[in-house]
Amino acid sequence: MSGIGDDMLAEEVNETVRVRFIVNGRKVACDVAPRETLVDCLRNVLELTGTHAGCEMGACGACLVRLDGRSVHSCLMFAVQADGARIDTIEGLSESGVIADLQAEFHRRNALQCGFCTPGMLVNAHELLSQVARPSREEIRDALSGNYCRCTGYEAIVDAIDVVAKARSEGGAA
Amino acid sequence: MKARAFSYFRADTIDQALDAHARAGDDARFIAGGQSLVPALSLRLQAPRLLIDITHIAELRGVCREGDTLRIGALTRHCEMLTEPLIAAFAPLLRAAAPFVAHPAIRNRGTFGGSVALADPASEFPAMTLALDAEIEIAGPSGSRRLKADDFFIDLFETALQPGELITAVHVPLFRSNQRFAFDELARRRGDYALVGCGMLATQTGDRIDDIRISFFSVGNTPTRVKGAETALTGFSLDAARIAAAQAALDNDLAPPESDEVPPMMRLHLARVLLGRLLGRLGEGA
Amino acid sequence: MSAPLTSLDRPNSYIGRSVPRPNAKRLLAGRGRYVSDLRLPRMLHAAFLRSPHAHAKIVSINTEQARVLEGVHLVATGADLAKICTPWTGTLDHFKGMTSAPQLPLPLDRVVWAGQAVVAVVAESRSIAEDALELIEIDYEDLPVVVDIDSAREVGTPLVNPGSASNVCFRSQLDSGGVDDVFATAAHVVEEEFSFGRHTAVTLEPRAIVADYDPGAEMLTVHHGTQTPYQFQDLYSRHYGIPEARVRVIATDIGGSFGMKLHVYHEDMAVVGLSILIGRPVKYVADRIESFVSDIHARDHRVRARIALDAKGEILAMDVHDLTAIGAFSTYPRTSVVEGNQVIRLIGAPYCFRNYRALLEVIFQNKVQTSQYRAVGHPVACAVTERLVDMAAAKVGLDPFAIRAQNVIADDAYPQTSPTGYRFEALSHQECLKRLHAMMDYDALRAEQSDLRKRGVYRGIGIATFVEITNPSPAFYGVGGARISSQDGAIVGLTPSGEVRCLISVTEQGQGTEAIISQIVADQLGLAQEHVKVITGDTEVTPHGGATWACRGAGIGGETALQATRVLKRNILEIAALILQEQPAALDIIDGEVVDAATRQQRLPISEIARIAYFRSDTLPPDTQAQLTVSHHFAPQGYPFAFTNGIQGCSLEVDVDTGFVKLLKHFVVEDCGRIINPMLVDEQLRGGVVQGLGAALFEECRYSDTGQLINGSLADYLVPMAMEMPDIVIAHVETPTADTALGAKGCGEAGTAAASACVLNAVNDALAQFGATINSIPITPAKILKALKRF
Repeated sequence: MSGIGDDMLAEEVNETVRVRFIVNGRKVACDVAPRETLVDCLRNVLELTGTHAGCEMGACGACLVRLDGRSVHSCLMFAVQADGARIDTIEGLSESGVIADLQAEFHRRNALQCGFCTPGMLVNAHELLSQVARPSREEIRDALSGNYCRCTGYEAIVDAIDVVAKARSEGGAA
Repeated sequence: MKARAFSYFRADTIDQALDAHARAGDDARFIAGGQSLVPALSLRLQAPRLLIDITHIAELRGVCREGDTLRIGALTRHCEMLTEPLIAAFAPLLRAAAPFVAHPAIRNRGTFGGSVALADPASEFPAMTLALDAEIEIAGPSGSRRLKADDFFIDLFETALQPGELITAVHVPLFRSNQRFAFDELARRRGDYALVGCGMLATQTGDRIDDIRISFFSVGNTPTRVKGAETALTGFSLDAARIAAAQAALDNDLAPPESDEVPPMMRLHLARVLLGRLLGRLGEGA
Repeated sequence: MSAPLTSLDRPNSYIGRSVPRPNAKRLLAGRGRYVSDLRLPRMLHAAFLRSPHAHAKIVSINTEQARVLEGVHLVATGADLAKICTPWTGTLDHFKGMTSAPQLPLPLDRVVWAGQAVVAVVAESRSIAEDALELIEIDYEDLPVVVDIDSAREVGTPLVNPGSASNVCFRSQLDSGGVDDVFATAAHVVEEEFSFGRHTAVTLEPRAIVADYDPGAEMLTVHHGTQTPYQFQDLYSRHYGIPEARVRVIATDIGGSFGMKLHVYHEDMAVVGLSILIGRPVKYVADRIESFVSDIHARDHRVRARIALDAKGEILAMDVHDLTAIGAFSTYPRTSVVEGNQVIRLIGAPYCFRNYRALLEVIFQNKVQTSQYRAVGHPVACAVTERLVDMAAAKVGLDPFAIRAQNVIADDAYPQTSPTGYRFEALSHQECLKRLHAMMDYDALRAEQSDLRKRGVYRGIGIATFVEITNPSPAFYGVGGARISSQDGAIVGLTPSGEVRCLISVTEQGQGTEAIISQIVADQLGLAQEHVKVITGDTEVTPHGGATWACRGAGIGGETALQATRVLKRNILEIAALILQEQPAALDIIDGEVVDAATRQQRLPISEIARIAYFRSDTLPPDTQAQLTVSHHFAPQGYPFAFTNGIQGCSLEVDVDTGFVKLLKHFVVEDCGRIINPMLVDEQLRGGVVQGLGAALFEECRYSDTGQLINGSLADYLVPMAMEMPDIVIAHVETPTADTALGAKGCGEAGTAAASACVLNAVNDALAQFGATINSIPITPAKILKALKRF
């Protein structure tokens, strides 16, 4: 997009604009209204409903996705802002297998109940373990400090991440 | 909880951004990290006609030394404050404050310039610009200017920024070997806005404090320097009596507002406790 | 510890085994199917304009501009919906004398709390619907607001419901007699007033509903994020005049409920009406701001209570006055008085004493309704009881463990009836106390506490015993006239391939209902768990039942599945016996194979029996009709409730300069009878404890003098987060109920029931040497600093 034209300020602000992302490794183009948040775009336009909207103000972590490799709240940005970005959602992370060990350990330890927070938890856990190989329990809890879970009481989630961190570093895996 | 409709423009240069703002008749907002602006739009507390995305403007990026100061580009993200070696070396107070700014995913997106521009009185970084005697670099329709942080924060969410102006960088004097700093806050939960927070930077000759700048947040309508406490400490070595004098000076320095959860006298008490603890750490060479 | 129901080393023995939930894998992959995810063809979106006033007359509503906005399909007011929906009243017959005003989806002429939905817009997107809300003009005329519970009770105070005599919703008294005499002569009397803040469920997925009325079929389908699809099937049918068989409620995955999503909400009823008016699917998902002002709240009690003891510290009597404010209406259909009712009946429940008196007063005010949320009444009753017991211990000079050991009902003294009328079949307080003492390493904790005090570190240790109500019989709601079932139904069938499908009326909210039902079915039939498919939450296919609430899924739903499976097994073996020319009693099923019961020698796979029965019935003896699908219902009999018990402990540290509390460790010993899946029980307890810890330290709906909720966002209402929560150590005692073959009771409320009481006792323990006391929940830094006179 170059200089702003008068058309950008048309009265009809509901007009959609075309945006392009790489979502879960695949090129995607879609038409969105500028006011549409990324989480709404992912869920409604791209039908990637694994990303959840819990508070729409960045306080619960249910909507976390990876944007150009970093966890971000998809409720705290508009889809147009992500034009040109690489976005990975829980669906893509699952299919690629990069969090398969985290998912297996969450399952084994029942580190989820209703499952609504789980995609955000996994996105954040994935980021933590990519930055810190052997986080302490305190560091794990700190990393999850913006992810709300009403069901589990958090301990099983911390346990699961802890076990995976140890297994990865002992197994010499990435 | 969906924003009112608006138009969107992604600027590649500062001039484009300023021009777009002017064309929108100033019914526009710049958006950088958007971590505070997006919820405000979603709640329809704000409803500009145009949103100008400044995150792709290269001139606003980067951290570098410029003479005696560190130039921190406005788009520097909070997470970079944690990892950027120049910040750790030359603005360690900001490095110390960074982990307290919200949560990891917010820090991945929120920007330093955006935080200063918003001037949330409960935020860490605006207050730290006061403690660091930083200068705010501003671009606007009538050119660029630089303003001392002391002159930047005016009232609740109100700064010296004029309509159509944006912060391009913040300049921080380089940390020196005879300086010490301390930072902490009292927040109910990790990442919450603090009930009281404080950062300080002292310049010392041996144990004697030649100069100290102490800035509080979450104590009023703006980030607040406590000049009475600073005066009580300047020229002295830290001891229990000096710390007590500084704590006592807060009674005049601070006038916490009424709040349903934290009564003014309680906030003042917490400010005294926090100041005492931080000065204690400073004395231990924090 | 009781013997297991079936030997755990037997093949297919799943009862008592920690196995992961089969249905959790898709949630981990982001493949949940929540109502908020749902999109149907022709679906529209609803949004609601809400009252900014806590109490006001609606003078006029102008919707003209909203109606003509592009993308808007319907704007509906209270009057529009009142034409098709009959009003409801949140009272039950067994709460004698209770009153509540009739309710409609949207109000006609008066709003009674700030945040009440007033006008509905249906549009092509939620954004457009919200645009339209901004174009609606409502003229209000302020009416006097009743916010504070004391002013609500004053004579001559403004009335929440103008036609009524007072703001009293309900009064109830319990009196065993002799209380005044005991208090007059007791060696020790301890008295205190306690307050419990309002809090709310804050499920991560907000309330969500898609109503889909098909005018051609005259059929209503509602996709509803709820625990109780049958209850809503009945209500939608009756209030909208649609035959019950033409109403289908589907409750698929749900992002948390905790009791909050089983009540009738005005918006939900409205959405059904909107779909009927427009003949298209209408979706409504509350946003977080709406959730805070429209989801039910809970607690909000003020309890004055006293306890009398003899010189040796034996509890003699309790005298209680519980005052609670519930908002402007009593919630439908379960009412808003159940919490208070349980508070006054659960107080003192772990202890052996005879003389009890309680008065409950339930008051209307201009706030959103309170009603049942996890552990209804338990945390209030537990905190009052356990704090008084600790205060009494201090007065008598006893250790908290010692006074409890002296006063709990002895494990060998059952059955017992409490002075409040509850009948206890068998509880294990003494055993639980012993286990907790050892698990906490109590003496070492006390020694550490005393050492740290010398260094100015103030640790506190608190314990709290509790009794939990589970497995409710019709005595809970049915007797009051509510069409809420206490029985469950299951259909268990053998598929032609030899697998088992179980359609059952209990529902899944993530606690593992489907997992434990599949464990029970697999265990009882003799089949690998992966060959059992459990289906829940669709009134069109699952039999009518109570669903999941008040801790009944394992105890009642589990027994239903057990009995149904035993019938199916009998039927399978009857056919097997015919084929094998054996007596049915000589056969058994292991791992999907019919075997000789004595030798376990394999005879025939059950898939072969299914094949013959379904496809080659001609080879069976004449007059044989194989019944390989069994429909079975089970209603609890015997005790009206299966009570459980347990004890919790916590260790924490109080920063006496800041008033901040750091939770160090939490301990639970719990007895929920037969444990089906230990891991899932532990996780129920942990989650429940953390909800109780949130209540203890953080959560409170705070209101202004004008009745505005002032912290109604997830940034301002403090829920417990990972960083502040402790690790939780859990142990079990197992005392199965003899009322069922399974012997299971509930465990969903246990964690929440006593967690806040523990923290209250521990904070007071930490502050004891300062002469400071706290008797109010949540325990905030402000309250602690105030008690310490620090400001």
